[in-house]
Amino acid sequence: MCTVCGCGTASLMNAPANEVQADGTAGRAHAHPHDHDHDHDHGHSHDHGHFVDHHHEHALAAIDFGKGLAGVNVPGVSQERTISIERDILSKNNAFADANRRRIHQAGVFAMNLLSSPGSGKTSLLVRTITDLKDRWPMAVIEGDQQTSNDAERIRRTGAQAAQINTGKGCHLDAHMVGHALEQVALEPGGLLFIENVGNLVCPAAFDLGEACKVVVLSVTEGEDKPLKYPDMFAAADLMLLNKSDLLPYLDFDVDACLAAALRVNPRLQILTVSARTGEGLPAFYAWIEARAAAVMGPIARLA
Amino acid sequence: MHEVSLIENVIAMVQQEQAKHTFARVNLIKLKVGALGHAEPDALRFCFDAVATGTIAEGSRLEIEIIPGEGWCADCRCAVPLDERFGACPVCAGGRVRMTGGDDLRLAEMEVE
Repeated sequence: MCTVCGCGTASLMNAPANEVQADGTAGRAHAHPHDHDHDHDHGHSHDHGHFVDHHHEHALAAIDFGKGLAGVNVPGVSQERTISIERDILSKNNAFADANRRRIHQAGVFAMNLLSSPGSGKTSLLVRTITDLKDRWPMAVIEGDQQTSNDAERIRRTGAQAAQINTGKGCHLDAHMVGHALEQVALEPGGLLFIENVGNLVCPAAFDLGEACKVVVLSVTEGEDKPLKYPDMFAAADLMLLNKSDLLPYLDFDVDACLAAALRVNPRLQILTVSARTGEGLPAFYAWIEARAAAVMGPIARLA
Repeated sequence: MHEVSLIENVIAMVQQEQAKHTFARVNLIKLKVGALGHAEPDALRFCFDAVATGTIAEGSRLEIEIIPGEGWCADCRCAVPLDERFGACPVCAGGRVRMTGGDDLRLAEMEVE
């Protein structure tokens, strides 16, 4: 590639060594066509137009300003230099997440980010949880899916408020999206906020949304080695719910092997076996919510 | 494929730098990516050109330095290299290893002109 104008037809850098020095002290004359615009921010005027396929020459030059790293000099364009940055690539998301977390905390609300692969039963679990707990806590849900408002509508039928985020092509929720969804739900002091992430066991692990805890849902119709196959999600989680326990009699799923795999990835992970369908194990989940919410928020005010 | 989002963040950071330092083009972007992190270097490279097209970073080269995994073994009481996030200690084979490094995901530096 030409290091002057960036076109792909001629190269100073790739010319034979006897024709051009690495420091650019001798330049090989070359001509090349180009048809792109370029800016001239130096002070003189040009009387030639930039028509398609015109040619210009870089002549051999005795006085060479092109001794920098780039090997060339173009008026108004400085030589190559290195800018040190050393910033976390997720710093923008993390700043939005911190703002969400402050906002949720100041509202006196305990927020959980629900993560799983598609079809593990997150929405069914939420519908059951809201139905069981709506007399104890005010609850709101932020639903994330690529398309449709089906999940938010399922939640609203329980009487809880729900905001739907459609990520379009996106494979995860990010903190910026959740910040906008927070404008659509009323956060009531002493309440709970569930953020149901896009069904995906990989990408959502990387994006802090401003939640207090991450809850990963795995169902017994999936493989028991999933925590080993998708370790990031299980390593990031505070609680794992092993869902659809009512199906265990019909499956070869090895619960002990699954729990061992999950604990291998995250020795601090708390695990509960539940069924959103029968309600088995859910009182333990509700007790976990109450305990964690109290630890994060102080004692939660219960509704009468 | 959250690597697309990550590269979009990288490009946004490059654009922020452009507001602070005047430059006309970016020749090289260097990332530091942890071996035990959640971003896949090949996927980052794969989507880089597509995401950079039409931005200040178009035509720049992406260089990824892999930061090796490191842990602290509670039994050996020393830092040990880690190949897996949940790997055993390579010295004593024990499981009481806490990951301490290799989760990086940083824009380290860039070469501009």
